[in-house]
Amino acid sequence: MWDYSETVKDHFYNPRNAGEVATANATGDVGSISCGDALRLQLKVNPETEVIEEAGFQTFGCGSAVASSSALTEMVKGKTLDDALKISNQDIADFLEGLPPEKMHCSVMGREALQAAIADYRGEEWKDDHEEGELICKCFAIDAVMIEDTIRTNELKTVEDVTNYTKAGGGCSSCHEGIEEILGKVLAERGEEFDPEAKAWPEPVASETIPAPTAGKLTNLQRIKKIEEVIEAVRPSLQADRGDIELIDVQGQQVMVHLVGACAGCQMAGMTLGGIQQQLMEALGEFIQVVPVQKKAAPVGVSVGA
Amino acid sequence: MDGIYLDNNATTQVDPEVVEEMLPYFTEQYGNPSSMHQFGNKVGHAIKKARGQVQALLGAEHDSEIIFTSCGSESDSTAILSALKAYPKRKEIITTSIEHPAVLELCKHLEKEDYIVHFLKVDEKGRLDIDAYQKLLSPNVAVVSVMWANNETGTLFPVLEMAEMARAAGVLFHTDAVQAVGKIPLDLQTAKIDMLSLSGHKLHAPKGVGVLYLKRGTRFRPLLRGGHQERGRRAGTENAAAIVGLGVACELAGKHLAYENTEVKALRDRLQQGILDAVPSCFVTGDPDNRLPNTLNVAFEYIEGEAILMLFNKDGIAASSGSACTSGSLEPSHVMRAMGIPFTAAHGTVRFSLSRYNTPAEIDKVIEVVPGVVAKLRKLSPYWGEDGPVANPEAAFAPAYA
Repeated sequence: MWDYSETVKDHFYNPRNAGEVATANATGDVGSISCGDALRLQLKVNPETEVIEEAGFQTFGCGSAVASSSALTEMVKGKTLDDALKISNQDIADFLEGLPPEKMHCSVMGREALQAAIADYRGEEWKDDHEEGELICKCFAIDAVMIEDTIRTNELKTVEDVTNYTKAGGGCSSCHEGIEEILGKVLAERGEEFDPEAKAWPEPVASETIPAPTAGKLTNLQRIKKIEEVIEAVRPSLQADRGDIELIDVQGQQVMVHLVGACAGCQMAGMTLGGIQQQLMEALGEFIQVVPVQKKAAPVGVSVGA
Repeated sequence: MDGIYLDNNATTQVDPEVVEEMLPYFTEQYGNPSSMHQFGNKVGHAIKKARGQVQALLGAEHDSEIIFTSCGSESDSTAILSALKAYPKRKEIITTSIEHPAVLELCKHLEKEDYIVHFLKVDEKGRLDIDAYQKLLSPNVAVVSVMWANNETGTLFPVLEMAEMARAAGVLFHTDAVQAVGKIPLDLQTAKIDMLSLSGHKLHAPKGVGVLYLKRGTRFRPLLRGGHQERGRRAGTENAAAIVGLGVACELAGKHLAYENTEVKALRDRLQQGILDAVPSCFVTGDPDNRLPNTLNVAFEYIEGEAILMLFNKDGIAASSGSACTSGSLEPSHVMRAMGIPFTAAHGTVRFSLSRYNTPAEIDKVIEVVPGVVAKLRKLSPYWGEDGPVANPEAAFAPAYA
């Protein structure tokens, strides 16, 4: 049924570095037994150089979970912790010559195990804030939680909106019924009804309707500069995942950004945006909402506080 | 079986090459394509290949637009009912009065469920009134369903243009292309057709397999829910062998498309000319200038179709008729009646539908047999005199209905 690559099959049938690492000084346990996938990653890190000298895994999971774990251990061996942290789930999938969309979460689990193990080594606490829902869009591997959150945050109304924001439904379109169901559910919370013939949002926002910034302490220029600083600071990590983020506009409390490359439609995009939003709120000391926009749909030439 | 098969619009011979490709999927590759093991895996790949073959024949943009079903009727029902479910506030349907029963009877039934169905009328050649159609298009219409080619006359309808008009009005467009696929070139990626039905057994694939083409992005609600087959759009374990057969048949149809429109068409024209030259009081129904290359429908006036077919059968000739008796109903073909063809002719319509397997010798044999059959029956007919129809036949014989 699954169209596994030869590399996936090879790493499943001949797993590398399987088993416990007796001399391990870092352990990351992630996954959920209820979901049927759980992984323990153990590393032996050289305290002098922070180089990962040995890596081993124990996995409860399917063929691609085992293969992802095996691939991960091969990828991190010999790397410093900092370099290892740059490995994205897409890198793991690429190493395996691709994973079926339904199985991409196995590579995510691998990356999370790595983060957890390194946090363990450094005495930090690692929290799994990645919530997974039912896989809705199989073409782009977008789950129900991601879609629901995006609809709620952005007050989306149409399937086209959801595709613009998350990429879900932008492939074979077989999941549109599922997306419509989620739209119906979220819209009902707001006392609205899903209208299949509604026009996609966003319509360009007229400048006079933009609320003035509520925080009075920073000048508009200072605010923009701070926002730019935060965005610039996160770009390298996104670029490492072969993505990028671009600041499009700031309107009141809304910061419009455009996700590009691997970030657009990545199932982790929600997390990324949540993280940036958090950083912006800390930097500005006010509530900020980060809104992903399509570049073409973004209003242009609207200055803050105009 | 010996005989001359001219009933290819009813069903076709499965191409031997199709059968050969199908056979391993009964006894060797019998696994469920959803299974993890090697028995299932290869079947999945075979279905994928077939999907691509169908896509190529239709000129569809994506292979995921191909949904395998069990037959043309299922595809028709799925398409129309899906549109009604997806747009519950739209209560009107536009179709034609000459559709196949798969669409016609469904629409008549939907009228009982309080849908308003507009049955477009046709003229004496079976042509639609496009202006009347334009006037009916509105935001109240959930779906338009118009056949690409009529099964009885072979008349082609301007579905490409009608689909453009529907799209402009924001209305979904479905076409029952069961008779057209494999006989005329299709390029659905440039068409505004949202849904299209085809049937395997009309193009030398086996019975029991069909396709619903669903243009990407078309709002859809499945008829059959259950398993994840066909991306959740048509549940039920795939009819793997038949799907493989349909794929091969589509590839062969593509290869024979030129032959169909030259050689088969030439045979059909030869048959038509031969009959018209030899038999008085008969005419071609439908729109002869705008029809499928394989179809000839002739109305033999003043005699009855079933009787013609029975005499044909004695000579090994297989055709079909629009007569009431052949369908088991009391009315002659609704298609003939819609074109305003009188009862005395409608009951005597005979459809000859050819395929790439027919030979010139077969056609000559039919041309030889037809005049005798017609003459024999006319001798029995109250409408027929010594060597022609009686004067004012409808008045001369007006039986009381008892």
